[in-house]
Amino acid sequence: MNEAFFQTFWISIKLASLTTIVLFCAGIPIAWFLTYSSFRLKVVLQAFVSMPLVLPPSVLGFYLLLAFSQNYWFGSFLNHYFKIQLAFTFLGILIGSIIFNLPFMVNSIQTGFSNLPVSLKDASYTLGKSRLTTLLRVLLPNMKPALLTGVCLTFAHTIGEFGVVLMIGGSIPGKTRVASLAVYDEVQALNFGMANKYAMFLFIFSFIILLFIYSVNRDYLKWKRF
Amino acid sequence: MEEVLIELHVSKKIHTNNGIEKLDVDLKIPEYGFVTLFGKSGAGKTTLLRIIAGLTKPDHGFIKVGQEIWYDSVHKINIKPQQRNIGFVFQNYALFPNMTVKEHLIYANPEKEKQYISELLDVFHLKGLCNRKPEKLSGGQQQRLAVARALARKPQILLLDEPLSALDSTMRHVLQNEIIQAHKNFHATTLLVSHDIDEVYKLSDFVYVIENGKIQKQGKPDDVFDGTNVEPSIQLTGIILEIENNILTVSVNNKIARITSTPEEIENLKINDKILITAKAIKPRIRKLADDESFSVEAFIGTTMAE
Repeated sequence: MNEAFFQTFWISIKLASLTTIVLFCAGIPIAWFLTYSSFRLKVVLQAFVSMPLVLPPSVLGFYLLLAFSQNYWFGSFLNHYFKIQLAFTFLGILIGSIIFNLPFMVNSIQTGFSNLPVSLKDASYTLGKSRLTTLLRVLLPNMKPALLTGVCLTFAHTIGEFGVVLMIGGSIPGKTRVASLAVYDEVQALNFGMANKYAMFLFIFSFIILLFIYSVNRDYLKWKRF
Repeated sequence: MEEVLIELHVSKKIHTNNGIEKLDVDLKIPEYGFVTLFGKSGAGKTTLLRIIAGLTKPDHGFIKVGQEIWYDSVHKINIKPQQRNIGFVFQNYALFPNMTVKEHLIYANPEKEKQYISELLDVFHLKGLCNRKPEKLSGGQQQRLAVARALARKPQILLLDEPLSALDSTMRHVLQNEIIQAHKNFHATTLLVSHDIDEVYKLSDFVYVIENGKIQKQGKPDDVFDGTNVEPSIQLTGIILEIENNILTVSVNNKIARITSTPEEIENLKINDKILITAKAIKPRIRKLADDESFSVEAFIGTTMAE
Protein backbone atom coordinates (compact mmCIF):
# COMPACT_ATOMS: atom_id res chain seq x y z
CA MET A 1 0.00 0.00 0.00
CA ASN A 2 1.53 3.29 -1.00
CA GLU A 3 0.76 6.93 -0.47
CA ALA A 4 -1.22 7.22 -3.72
CA PHE A 5 -3.56 4.46 -2.50
CA PHE A 6 -4.40 6.30 0.73
CA GLN A 7 -4.59 9.63 -1.04
CA THR A 8 -7.12 8.24 -3.52
CA PHE A 9 -9.24 6.81 -0.72
CA TRP A 10 -8.97 10.03 1.22
CA ILE A 11 -10.39 11.94 -1.81
CA SER A 12 -13.19 9.35 -2.11
CA ILE A 13 -14.10 9.67 1.57
CA LYS A 14 -13.83 13.46 1.57
CA LEU A 15 -16.07 13.63 -1.50
CA ALA A 16 -18.63 11.23 -0.03
CA SER A 17 -18.70 12.97 3.38
CA LEU A 18 -19.14 16.46 1.95
CA THR A 19 -21.77 15.27 -0.55
CA THR A 20 -23.69 13.58 2.27
CA ILE A 21 -23.56 16.59 4.59
CA VAL A 22 -24.72 19.03 1.91
CA LEU A 23 -27.46 16.68 0.70
CA PHE A 24 -28.69 15.94 4.24
CA CYS A 25 -29.21 19.66 4.86
CA ALA A 26 -30.76 20.29 1.44
CA GLY A 27 -32.66 16.98 1.22
CA ILE A 28 -34.85 17.56 4.29
CA PRO A 29 -36.53 20.76 3.04
CA ILE A 30 -36.83 19.40 -0.52
CA ALA A 31 -38.41 16.15 0.70
CA TRP A 32 -40.71 18.09 3.06
CA PHE A 33 -41.88 20.25 0.17
CA LEU A 34 -42.42 17.22 -2.10
CA THR A 35 -44.43 15.41 0.58
CA TYR A 36 -46.63 18.14 2.04
CA SER A 37 -46.89 20.96 -0.48
CA SER A 38 -50.04 21.28 -2.51
CA PHE A 39 -48.16 23.21 -5.22
CA ARG A 40 -49.34 21.80 -8.54
CA LEU A 41 -46.04 21.89 -10.39
CA LYS A 42 -44.21 19.95 -7.70
CA VAL A 43 -44.24 16.90 -9.99
CA VAL A 44 -41.78 18.78 -12.18
CA LEU A 45 -39.40 19.13 -9.24
CA GLN A 46 -40.00 15.47 -8.35
CA ALA A 47 -39.04 14.46 -11.91
CA PHE A 48 -35.88 16.57 -11.82
CA VAL A 49 -34.83 15.13 -8.47
CA SER A 50 -35.28 11.58 -9.78
CA MET A 51 -33.61 12.18 -13.18
CA PRO A 52 -30.16 10.92 -12.10
CA LEU A 53 -31.75 7.50 -11.38
CA VAL A 54 -32.48 6.95 -15.08
CA LEU A 55 -30.01 9.25 -16.81
CA PRO A 56 -26.63 7.72 -17.85
CA PRO A 57 -23.99 9.37 -15.61
CA SER A 58 -22.04 10.27 -18.74
CA VAL A 59 -24.95 12.42 -19.97
CA LEU A 60 -25.16 14.37 -16.73
CA GLY A 61 -21.36 14.60 -16.59
CA PHE A 62 -21.22 15.84 -20.17
CA TYR A 63 -23.68 18.68 -19.60
CA LEU A 64 -22.08 19.66 -16.31
CA LEU A 65 -18.67 19.70 -18.00
CA LEU A 66 -20.02 22.01 -20.69
CA ALA A 67 -21.61 24.22 -18.05
CA PHE A 68 -18.39 24.38 -16.03
CA SER A 69 -16.21 25.01 -19.10
CA GLN A 70 -14.55 28.40 -19.60
CA ASN A 71 -15.98 28.47 -23.13
CA TYR A 72 -19.56 28.78 -21.94
CA TRP A 73 -21.27 31.55 -20.01
CA PHE A 74 -21.70 29.82 -16.62
CA GLY A 75 -18.10 28.67 -16.38
CA SER A 76 -16.68 31.94 -17.62
CA PHE A 77 -19.05 33.89 -15.34
CA LEU A 78 -17.79 31.96 -12.28
CA ASN A 79 -14.19 32.37 -13.33
CA HIS A 80 -14.51 36.02 -14.16
CA TYR A 81 -16.40 37.22 -11.12
CA PHE A 82 -15.52 34.69 -8.41
CA LYS A 83 -12.28 33.20 -9.71
CA ILE A 84 -13.81 29.74 -9.35
CA GLN A 85 -12.94 26.90 -11.70
CA LEU A 86 -15.15 23.85 -11.60
CA ALA A 87 -14.03 21.70 -14.53
CA PHE A 88 -11.33 19.23 -13.47
CA THR A 89 -11.35 20.38 -9.83
CA PHE A 90 -12.48 18.83 -6.56
CA LEU A 91 -15.22 21.46 -6.15
CA GLY A 92 -16.48 20.48 -9.61
CA ILE A 93 -16.78 16.77 -8.79
CA LEU A 94 -18.39 17.70 -5.45
CA ILE A 95 -21.14 19.68 -7.22
CA GLY A 96 -21.52 16.88 -9.77
CA SER A 97 -21.94 14.29 -7.05
CA ILE A 98 -24.39 16.42 -5.10
CA ILE A 99 -26.64 16.65 -8.15
CA PHE A 100 -26.15 13.02 -9.07
CA ASN A 101 -26.98 11.74 -5.55
CA LEU A 102 -30.02 13.94 -5.00
CA PRO A 103 -32.56 11.12 -5.48
CA PHE A 104 -30.83 8.78 -3.02
CA MET A 105 -31.15 11.30 -0.21
CA VAL A 106 -34.43 13.00 -1.14
CA ASN A 107 -36.37 9.84 -1.99
CA SER A 108 -35.31 8.13 1.26
CA ILE A 109 -36.36 11.09 3.40
CA GLN A 110 -39.55 11.54 1.39
CA THR A 111 -40.48 7.91 2.08
CA GLY A 112 -39.89 8.62 5.76
CA PHE A 113 -42.27 11.61 5.73
CA SER A 114 -44.91 9.68 3.78
CA ASN A 115 -44.82 6.77 6.23
CA LEU A 116 -45.62 9.03 9.18
CA PRO A 117 -49.34 9.43 9.88
CA VAL A 118 -50.39 12.91 8.68
CA SER A 119 -52.15 13.34 12.01
CA LEU A 120 -48.77 13.69 13.80
CA LYS A 121 -48.09 16.89 11.87
CA ASP A 122 -51.69 18.07 12.31
CA ALA A 123 -51.60 17.34 16.05
CA SER A 124 -48.44 19.39 16.47
CA TYR A 125 -49.95 22.29 14.50
CA THR A 126 -53.08 22.25 16.68
CA LEU A 127 -50.80 22.49 19.72
CA GLY A 128 -49.61 25.81 18.31
CA LYS A 129 -46.25 24.59 17.03
CA SER A 130 -44.65 26.09 13.93
CA ARG A 131 -43.64 24.04 10.90
CA LEU A 132 -39.99 24.17 11.92
CA THR A 133 -40.65 23.09 15.53
CA THR A 134 -42.93 20.32 14.25
CA LEU A 135 -40.23 19.16 11.83
CA LEU A 136 -37.45 19.14 14.43
CA ARG A 137 -39.35 17.88 17.47
CA VAL A 138 -41.98 15.54 16.00
CA LEU A 139 -41.36 14.52 12.39
CA LEU A 140 -37.60 13.96 12.16
CA PRO A 141 -37.22 12.12 15.51
CA ASN A 142 -39.88 9.62 14.38
CA MET A 143 -38.28 8.81 11.04
CA LYS A 144 -34.70 8.03 12.02
CA PRO A 145 -34.55 4.86 9.89
CA ALA A 146 -35.35 6.89 6.76
CA LEU A 147 -32.73 9.50 7.64
CA LEU A 148 -30.15 6.82 8.27
CA THR A 149 -30.98 5.11 4.98
CA GLY A 150 -30.64 8.40 3.10
CA VAL A 151 -27.29 9.18 4.69
CA CYS A 152 -25.79 5.71 4.20
CA LEU A 153 -27.07 5.25 0.65
CA THR A 154 -25.79 8.66 -0.40
CA PHE A 155 -22.41 8.07 1.20
CA ALA A 156 -21.99 4.58 -0.25
CA HIS A 157 -23.23 5.60 -3.66
CA THR A 158 -20.80 8.53 -3.84
CA ILE A 159 -17.94 6.19 -2.98
CA GLY A 160 -18.98 4.01 -5.92
CA GLU A 161 -19.54 6.87 -8.38
CA PHE A 162 -17.80 6.64 -11.74
CA GLY A 163 -19.24 8.34 -14.80
CA VAL A 164 -19.97 11.83 -13.50
CA VAL A 165 -16.69 12.09 -11.59
CA LEU A 166 -14.71 10.92 -14.61
CA MET A 167 -16.40 13.36 -16.99
CA ILE A 168 -16.06 16.40 -14.73
CA GLY A 169 -12.89 15.55 -12.84
CA GLY A 170 -10.85 13.74 -15.45
CA SER A 171 -9.25 11.39 -12.89
CA ILE A 172 -6.30 13.61 -11.93
CA PRO A 173 -4.26 11.77 -9.25
CA GLY A 174 -4.22 13.62 -5.93
CA LYS A 175 -6.94 15.98 -7.08
CA THR A 176 -9.97 14.33 -8.61
CA ARG A 177 -9.04 10.66 -8.86
CA VAL A 178 -11.32 8.64 -6.56
CA ALA A 179 -11.06 4.91 -5.73
CA SER A 180 -13.64 3.77 -8.26
CA LEU A 181 -11.71 5.54 -11.05
CA ALA A 182 -8.41 4.15 -9.79
CA VAL A 183 -9.66 0.59 -10.42
CA TYR A 184 -10.24 1.46 -14.05
CA ASP A 185 -6.94 3.34 -14.43
CA GLU A 186 -4.95 0.47 -12.90
CA VAL A 187 -6.59 -2.07 -15.20
CA GLN A 188 -5.80 0.14 -18.18
CA ALA A 189 -2.18 0.19 -17.03
CA LEU A 190 -2.31 -3.63 -16.57
CA ASN A 191 -1.60 -3.29 -12.81
CA PHE A 192 -4.09 -6.00 -11.85
CA GLY A 193 -2.70 -6.39 -8.35
CA MET A 194 -3.28 -2.74 -7.52
CA ALA A 195 -6.68 -2.76 -9.25
CA ASN A 196 -7.63 -5.70 -7.06
CA LYS A 197 -6.67 -3.83 -3.89
CA TYR A 198 -8.91 -0.90 -4.79
CA ALA A 199 -11.71 -3.16 -5.94
CA MET A 200 -11.59 -5.40 -2.87
CA PHE A 201 -11.60 -2.41 -0.56
CA LEU A 202 -14.66 -0.93 -2.32
CA PHE A 203 -16.41 -4.29 -2.29
CA ILE A 204 -15.99 -4.81 1.46
CA PHE A 205 -16.75 -1.19 2.25
CA SER A 206 -20.07 -1.24 0.33
CA PHE A 207 -21.10 -4.50 1.95
CA ILE A 208 -20.42 -3.17 5.45
CA ILE A 209 -22.47 -0.01 4.80
CA LEU A 210 -25.48 -2.00 3.58
CA LEU A 211 -25.16 -4.49 6.43
CA PHE A 212 -25.16 -1.58 8.86
CA ILE A 213 -28.30 0.01 7.34
CA TYR A 214 -30.27 -3.21 7.34
CA SER A 215 -29.31 -4.30 10.83
CA VAL A 216 -30.04 -0.91 12.40
CA ASN A 217 -33.31 -0.48 10.53
CA ARG A 218 -34.43 -3.96 11.51
CA ASP A 219 -34.22 -2.89 15.15
CA TYR A 220 -36.16 0.28 14.43
CA LEU A 221 -38.87 -1.61 12.60
CA LYS A 222 -39.61 -3.47 15.81
CA TRP A 223 -41.11 -0.21 17.07
CA LYS A 224 -44.83 -0.26 17.19
CA ARG A 225 -46.34 2.33 14.89
CA PHE A 226 -48.95 4.84 15.97
CA MET B 1 -79.36 31.03 26.23
CA GLU B 2 -75.63 31.27 26.92
CA GLU B 3 -73.46 33.53 24.84
CA VAL B 4 -72.61 32.15 21.39
CA LEU B 5 -68.89 31.37 21.07
CA ILE B 6 -68.59 29.81 17.64
CA GLU B 7 -70.63 31.02 14.71
CA LEU B 8 -69.97 29.11 11.56
CA HIS B 9 -71.33 28.90 8.07
CA VAL B 10 -69.19 26.94 5.65
CA SER B 11 -69.49 24.91 2.51
CA LYS B 12 -67.05 22.52 0.91
CA LYS B 13 -67.15 19.75 -1.67
CA ILE B 14 -66.20 16.48 0.01
CA HIS B 15 -65.48 12.99 -1.27
CA THR B 16 -67.77 10.42 0.32
CA ASN B 17 -68.70 6.81 -0.38
CA ASN B 18 -71.55 8.12 -2.55
CA GLY B 19 -69.25 10.26 -4.68
CA ILE B 20 -68.72 13.99 -4.33
CA GLU B 21 -71.16 15.73 -2.00
CA LYS B 22 -71.45 19.26 -0.74
CA LEU B 23 -70.94 19.91 2.93
CA ASP B 24 -73.06 22.95 3.74
CA VAL B 25 -73.45 23.69 7.40
CA ASP B 26 -74.62 26.47 9.69
CA LEU B 27 -73.76 26.12 13.39
CA LYS B 28 -73.95 28.18 16.55
CA ILE B 29 -72.15 26.83 19.56
CA PRO B 30 -72.64 28.36 23.01
CA GLU B 31 -69.69 29.20 25.23
CA TYR B 32 -68.80 26.36 27.65
CA GLY B 33 -71.35 24.13 25.89
CA PHE B 34 -70.91 20.45 25.06
CA VAL B 35 -72.17 19.99 21.53
CA THR B 36 -72.18 16.81 19.46
CA LEU B 37 -72.08 16.37 15.70
CA PHE B 38 -73.95 13.13 15.20
CA GLY B 39 -74.23 11.13 12.01
CA LYS B 40 -73.07 8.17 10.00
CA SER B 41 -69.45 7.94 8.89
CA GLY B 42 -68.79 9.85 5.70
CA ALA B 43 -71.40 12.50 6.53
CA GLY B 44 -68.73 15.21 6.80
CA LYS B 45 -68.46 15.43 10.60
CA THR B 46 -64.69 15.02 10.77
CA THR B 47 -64.20 17.46 7.88
CA LEU B 48 -66.22 20.03 9.81
CA LEU B 49 -64.02 19.57 12.88
CA ARG B 50 -60.88 19.93 10.74
CA ILE B 51 -62.31 23.08 9.17
CA ILE B 52 -62.78 24.61 12.63
CA ALA B 53 -59.22 23.61 13.54
CA GLY B 54 -57.87 25.18 10.36
CA LEU B 55 -56.48 21.86 9.09
CA THR B 56 -58.87 21.79 6.12
CA LYS B 57 -59.85 24.86 4.13
CA PRO B 58 -63.52 25.26 3.23
CA ASP B 59 -64.56 26.51 -0.23
CA HIS B 60 -66.77 29.32 1.06
CA GLY B 61 -68.14 30.78 4.26
CA PHE B 62 -66.98 32.21 7.56
CA ILE B 63 -66.01 31.11 11.05
CA LYS B 64 -66.30 33.56 13.91
CA VAL B 65 -65.08 32.69 17.38
CA GLY B 66 -65.96 35.27 20.04
CA GLN B 67 -65.03 38.57 18.40
CA GLU B 68 -62.32 37.04 16.17
CA ILE B 69 -62.78 36.04 12.54
CA TRP B 70 -60.94 32.74 11.93
CA TYR B 71 -62.03 32.28 8.35
CA ASP B 72 -63.78 34.48 5.84
CA SER B 73 -63.77 33.55 2.17
CA VAL B 74 -65.01 37.00 1.06
CA HIS B 75 -62.24 38.93 2.83
CA LYS B 76 -59.71 36.15 2.26
CA ILE B 77 -59.03 35.65 5.95
CA ASN B 78 -57.75 32.22 7.03
CA ILE B 79 -55.99 32.05 10.38
CA LYS B 80 -53.39 29.27 10.68
CA PRO B 81 -54.19 26.30 12.94
CA GLN B 82 -51.31 27.35 15.22
CA GLN B 83 -53.05 30.64 15.97
CA ARG B 84 -56.45 29.13 16.75
CA ASN B 85 -56.72 28.39 20.43
CA ILE B 86 -58.02 24.85 20.17
CA GLY B 87 -57.32 21.35 21.44
CA PHE B 88 -57.87 18.51 18.98
CA VAL B 89 -58.23 14.84 19.91
CA PHE B 90 -57.72 12.72 16.82
CA GLN B 91 -59.52 9.44 16.21
CA ASN B 92 -56.19 7.61 16.10
CA TYR B 93 -54.91 9.82 18.99
CA ALA B 94 -51.85 10.95 16.95
CA LEU B 95 -49.51 10.57 19.92
CA PHE B 96 -45.83 11.25 19.29
CA PRO B 97 -43.91 7.94 19.52
CA ASN B 98 -40.68 9.73 20.51
CA MET B 99 -42.14 11.47 23.57
CA THR B 100 -43.05 10.21 27.03
CA VAL B 101 -46.38 11.05 28.67
CA LYS B 102 -44.87 13.99 30.51
CA GLU B 103 -42.98 15.24 27.45
CA HIS B 104 -46.25 15.30 25.52
CA LEU B 105 -47.79 17.65 28.08
CA ILE B 106 -44.71 19.85 28.36
CA TYR B 107 -44.51 20.09 24.56
CA ALA B 108 -48.14 21.17 24.46
CA ASN B 109 -47.91 23.64 27.34
CA PRO B 110 -45.43 26.28 26.28
CA GLU B 111 -45.37 28.00 29.69
CA LYS B 112 -44.51 24.67 31.32
CA GLU B 113 -46.90 25.35 34.20
CA LYS B 114 -45.98 22.55 36.57
CA GLN B 115 -49.12 22.85 38.67
CA TYR B 116 -51.43 22.62 35.67
CA ILE B 117 -49.55 19.71 34.11
CA SER B 118 -49.67 17.89 37.41
CA GLU B 119 -53.45 18.52 37.64
CA LEU B 120 -53.91 17.04 34.15
CA LEU B 121 -51.85 13.99 35.08
CA ASP B 122 -54.06 13.56 38.16
CA VAL B 123 -57.42 13.97 36.46
CA PHE B 124 -56.52 11.49 33.71
CA HIS B 125 -54.80 8.97 36.01
CA LEU B 126 -51.48 9.31 34.21
CA LYS B 127 -49.30 10.22 37.17
CA GLY B 128 -47.63 6.82 37.48
CA LEU B 129 -47.03 6.62 33.74
CA CYS B 130 -45.08 9.89 33.30
CA ASN B 131 -41.98 8.34 31.79
CA ARG B 132 -43.72 5.88 29.49
CA LYS B 133 -43.84 6.29 25.75
CA PRO B 134 -47.14 5.72 23.91
CA GLU B 135 -46.18 2.19 22.80
CA LYS B 136 -46.13 1.13 26.47
CA LEU B 137 -49.64 2.46 27.18
CA SER B 138 -52.96 0.61 26.88
CA GLY B 139 -55.67 1.89 24.51
CA GLY B 140 -57.50 3.65 27.34
CA GLN B 141 -54.32 5.26 28.64
CA GLN B 142 -53.42 6.46 25.14
CA GLN B 143 -56.86 8.01 24.82
CA ARG B 144 -56.48 9.77 28.18
CA LEU B 145 -53.10 11.11 27.13
CA ALA B 146 -54.58 12.39 23.86
CA VAL B 147 -57.27 14.34 25.76
CA ALA B 148 -54.80 15.56 28.40
CA ARG B 149 -52.42 16.77 25.69
CA ALA B 150 -55.23 18.62 23.91
CA LEU B 151 -56.17 20.34 27.18
CA ALA B 152 -52.56 21.15 28.12
CA ARG B 153 -52.59 24.22 25.89
CA LYS B 154 -55.63 25.54 27.86
CA PRO B 155 -57.74 25.70 24.70
CA GLN B 156 -60.84 27.79 24.36
CA ILE B 157 -62.38 25.04 22.23
CA LEU B 158 -61.89 21.29 22.56
CA LEU B 159 -62.55 19.24 19.43
CA LEU B 160 -63.03 15.49 19.90
CA ASP B 161 -63.11 13.31 16.77
CA GLU B 162 -64.76 10.01 17.78
CA PRO B 163 -62.28 9.72 20.64
CA LEU B 164 -63.75 6.56 22.14
CA SER B 165 -64.57 4.55 19.03
CA ALA B 166 -61.56 2.24 19.33
CA LEU B 167 -62.27 1.21 22.93
CA ASP B 168 -64.40 -1.57 24.40
CA SER B 169 -67.71 -0.69 26.03
CA THR B 170 -66.46 -0.85 29.63
CA MET B 171 -63.52 1.45 28.93
CA ARG B 172 -65.73 3.75 26.91
CA HIS B 173 -68.09 4.10 29.86
CA VAL B 174 -65.23 5.00 32.24
CA LEU B 175 -63.72 7.52 29.82
CA GLN B 176 -67.07 9.15 29.08
CA ASN B 177 -67.21 10.04 32.78
CA GLU B 178 -63.69 11.40 32.68
CA ILE B 179 -64.51 13.56 29.67
CA ILE B 180 -67.55 14.95 31.51
CA GLN B 181 -65.33 15.67 34.50
CA ALA B 182 -62.66 17.31 32.35
CA HIS B 183 -65.31 19.47 30.68
CA LYS B 184 -66.42 20.68 34.11
CA ASN B 185 -62.88 21.24 35.42
CA PHE B 186 -61.27 22.91 32.44
CA HIS B 187 -64.19 24.95 31.02
CA ALA B 188 -63.40 24.37 27.35
CA THR B 189 -66.28 24.68 24.92
CA THR B 190 -66.43 21.15 23.56
CA LEU B 191 -67.44 19.83 20.17
CA LEU B 192 -67.65 16.05 19.88
CA VAL B 193 -68.02 13.96 16.74
CA SER B 194 -69.81 10.69 17.42
CA HIS B 195 -72.06 8.10 15.88
CA ASP B 196 -72.90 6.47 19.18
CA ILE B 197 -76.34 7.47 20.55
CA ASP B 198 -75.42 6.45 24.14
CA GLU B 199 -72.48 8.78 24.04
CA VAL B 200 -74.51 11.67 22.66
CA TYR B 201 -77.17 11.28 25.36
CA LYS B 202 -74.65 10.98 28.12
CA LEU B 203 -72.22 13.74 27.19
CA SER B 204 -73.83 16.49 25.22
CA ASP B 205 -76.33 19.21 25.93
CA PHE B 206 -76.97 19.99 22.28
CA VAL B 207 -76.76 17.87 19.17
CA TYR B 208 -76.58 18.54 15.44
CA VAL B 209 -77.52 15.56 13.26
CA ILE B 210 -75.57 15.66 10.00
CA GLU B 211 -76.57 13.59 7.00
CA ASN B 212 -75.12 13.86 3.50
CA GLY B 213 -73.30 17.04 4.38
CA LYS B 214 -76.38 18.90 5.70
CA ILE B 215 -77.77 19.45 9.16
CA GLN B 216 -81.01 17.46 9.27
CA LYS B 217 -81.94 18.10 12.88
CA GLN B 218 -80.73 20.02 15.87
CA GLY B 219 -81.71 20.39 19.50
CA LYS B 220 -81.32 18.78 22.89
CA PRO B 221 -80.60 15.02 22.64
CA ASP B 222 -84.04 14.24 24.12
CA ASP B 223 -85.84 16.26 21.48
CA VAL B 224 -83.71 15.11 18.56
CA PHE B 225 -84.03 11.42 19.28
CA ASP B 226 -87.72 11.45 20.34
CA GLY B 227 -89.89 8.74 18.92
CA THR B 228 -88.47 8.58 15.43
CA ASN B 229 -85.19 7.04 16.48
CA VAL B 230 -86.48 5.23 19.55
CA GLU B 231 -87.39 1.63 18.78
CA PRO B 232 -90.22 -0.18 20.64
CA SER B 233 -88.08 -3.30 20.66
CA ILE B 234 -84.55 -4.38 21.45
CA GLN B 235 -82.45 -5.72 18.60
CA LEU B 236 -79.21 -7.62 18.83
CA THR B 237 -77.11 -9.32 16.21
CA GLY B 238 -75.53 -12.72 16.80
CA ILE B 239 -73.81 -15.61 15.08
CA ILE B 240 -75.22 -19.13 15.18
CA LEU B 241 -72.84 -21.61 16.78
CA GLU B 242 -75.11 -24.66 17.02
CA ILE B 243 -78.63 -25.73 16.03
CA GLU B 244 -80.27 -28.50 18.02
CA ASN B 245 -83.99 -29.28 17.71
CA ASN B 246 -85.57 -25.86 18.07
CA ILE B 247 -82.82 -24.37 20.16
CA LEU B 248 -80.16 -22.06 18.72
CA THR B 249 -76.84 -21.51 20.45
CA VAL B 250 -75.83 -18.00 19.52
CA SER B 251 -72.85 -15.78 20.22
CA VAL B 252 -74.13 -12.29 21.11
CA ASN B 253 -71.67 -9.60 22.21
CA ASN B 254 -69.07 -12.26 23.00
CA LYS B 255 -71.49 -14.15 25.27
CA ILE B 256 -73.02 -17.50 24.45
CA ALA B 257 -76.81 -17.65 24.70
CA ARG B 258 -79.43 -20.32 23.97
CA ILE B 259 -82.61 -19.15 22.26
CA THR B 260 -85.76 -21.09 21.47
CA SER B 261 -87.21 -20.61 18.04
CA THR B 262 -89.92 -22.00 15.79
CA PRO B 263 -89.26 -24.69 13.13
CA GLU B 264 -90.14 -22.12 10.42
CA GLU B 265 -87.50 -19.72 11.68
CA ILE B 266 -84.84 -22.41 11.78
CA GLU B 267 -85.63 -23.77 8.32
CA ASN B 268 -83.19 -21.58 6.37
CA LEU B 269 -80.58 -21.13 9.06
CA LYS B 270 -77.24 -22.84 9.33
CA ILE B 271 -74.18 -22.64 11.56
CA ASN B 272 -72.16 -19.40 11.23
CA ASP B 273 -75.15 -17.46 9.87
CA LYS B 274 -75.43 -13.91 11.20
CA ILE B 275 -78.89 -13.29 12.63
CA LEU B 276 -80.91 -10.39 13.98
CA ILE B 277 -82.72 -11.11 17.26
CA THR B 278 -85.64 -8.85 18.08
CA ALA B 279 -87.44 -8.79 21.41
CA LYS B 280 -90.32 -6.50 22.28
CA ALA B 281 -89.32 -4.08 24.98
CA ILE B 282 -92.53 -4.68 26.96
CA LYS B 283 -91.82 -5.45 30.60
CA PRO B 284 -88.27 -6.70 30.24
CA ARG B 285 -86.44 -7.55 33.46
CA ILE B 286 -84.04 -4.80 34.41
CA ARG B 287 -81.24 -4.88 36.95
CA LYS B 288 -78.63 -2.22 37.66
CA LEU B 289 -75.08 -3.31 36.86
CA ALA B 290 -72.29 -2.61 39.29
CA ASP B 291 -69.56 -0.32 37.92
CA ASP B 292 -67.09 -3.16 37.49
CA GLU B 293 -69.61 -5.54 35.99
CA SER B 294 -69.36 -5.96 32.25
CA PHE B 295 -72.33 -5.80 29.91
CA SER B 296 -74.29 -9.02 29.81
CA VAL B 297 -77.05 -10.26 27.57
CA GLU B 298 -78.55 -12.60 30.16
CA ALA B 299 -81.38 -10.26 31.11
CA PHE B 300 -82.36 -9.91 27.51
CA ILE B 301 -82.17 -13.62 26.78
CA GLY B 302 -84.33 -14.31 29.85
CA THR B 303 -87.03 -12.10 28.39
CA THR B 304 -86.96 -13.93 25.10
CA MET B 305 -87.24 -17.30 26.77
CA ALA B 306 -90.21 -16.09 28.79
CA GLU B 307 -92.01 -15.07 25.62
